[in-house]
Amino acid sequence: MDRLLDVTTALSLLLLGMVLFSVRRAHIRVEYSVSWLVAAVAMLVLSLARPLLDAVRRLLRVPDSPLALFLLGGGVFVLMFFRFSVIMSRLRDDNIALAQRVAILEYHIRSLGGYEN
Amino acid sequence: MIRATGPDSLLVIVPAFNEEGAVGDVVHAVREHVAGTPVLVIDDCSTDSTIAVARRAGAEILSLPHHLGLGGCVQAGYKLAYQLGFEYVIRVDGDGQHDPADIPRILERLRSSRCEMVIGSRFVNGEAAHNGLARSLGIRFFRMVLRPILGKPVHDPTSGFVGVNRRALDVFSRSFPLEYPEIEALVVLQRKRFRFEEVPVKMLSRRAGRSSITAVKSFYYIAHVLLGVFVNVLKYDRRLRRAGSGG
Repeated sequence: MDRLLDVTTALSLLLLGMVLFSVRRAHIRVEYSVSWLVAAVAMLVLSLARPLLDAVRRLLRVPDSPLALFLLGGGVFVLMFFRFSVIMSRLRDDNIALAQRVAILEYHIRSLGGYEN
Repeated sequence: MIRATGPDSLLVIVPAFNEEGAVGDVVHAVREHVAGTPVLVIDDCSTDSTIAVARRAGAEILSLPHHLGLGGCVQAGYKLAYQLGFEYVIRVDGDGQHDPADIPRILERLRSSRCEMVIGSRFVNGEAAHNGLARSLGIRFFRMVLRPILGKPVHDPTSGFVGVNRRALDVFSRSFPLEYPEIEALVVLQRKRFRFEEVPVKMLSRRAGRSSITAVKSFYYIAHVLLGVFVNVLKYDRRLRRAGSGG
């Protein structure tokens, strides 16, 4: 059991490091990194604070603590993936509308004789 | 620049993606059958010489900055047509499967029936069509699904050979399905309580290229379209309920 908790601690630290590194390198925008950071810190705290994890286990009514941690982590990641799907859908809609608008504006400009491809 | 001339103005739009082998003949044929009608080829960021071929054939070009897929490509044409004040728009695919000789019949039905959409149908007269088994089964399946939703039978729900009037243009320029749009577009129209009719047309073999819907993709197609129809029906029901409770 302790071995499993060691693994989740390591994974949480790895995730935390990756997110911070990506934010610093501007590979991920700050507003999209917050949920990952919160998830990584929550996983780290729960892996290290055994009484807290036991309280969560009792709350979820599962037989052992690592399972509670994985269930919690899995649930959080599913919610985050869903949130990112919503964001991606909105970005795609915006992107399509923008591309159509650019094409139509270029058409009008070309029609005025001021622009050639 | 293309202009809407008069209250009955028609624009023919041709969505095209890598159709250099067919689009020139399509544009020539449209210009031959509906002389004087502007033809707009919407290029979905082709990597071949589709634009040059279409321009040489006498079409105007609306060139998308990156690949949007069929729905986004057609909607761009609808948006421009609406802005330019056209009363009717007929879509002819750039692969040469639609026979431009049928355009006058579709236009005539749009004008005489005053319905919002006219579909060029392969099956309206019960003609045998040269489709594969999978496609035929898919069409039959969607006919069954759409029958109760639309309140009348539709013989060829997957046909892209369609004409719309300005009321439908107004709707489609704001809301149009982006992938596999033909079937969902019918449900979008139904949500607005618009009408459609079908006229018999002839479908030809592709002049060049291959269909983008492969055997594997056809399963994705069915799931995607079913979901799109379902979502549109939910929107329709919600709107009706709201209208009902509003008195």
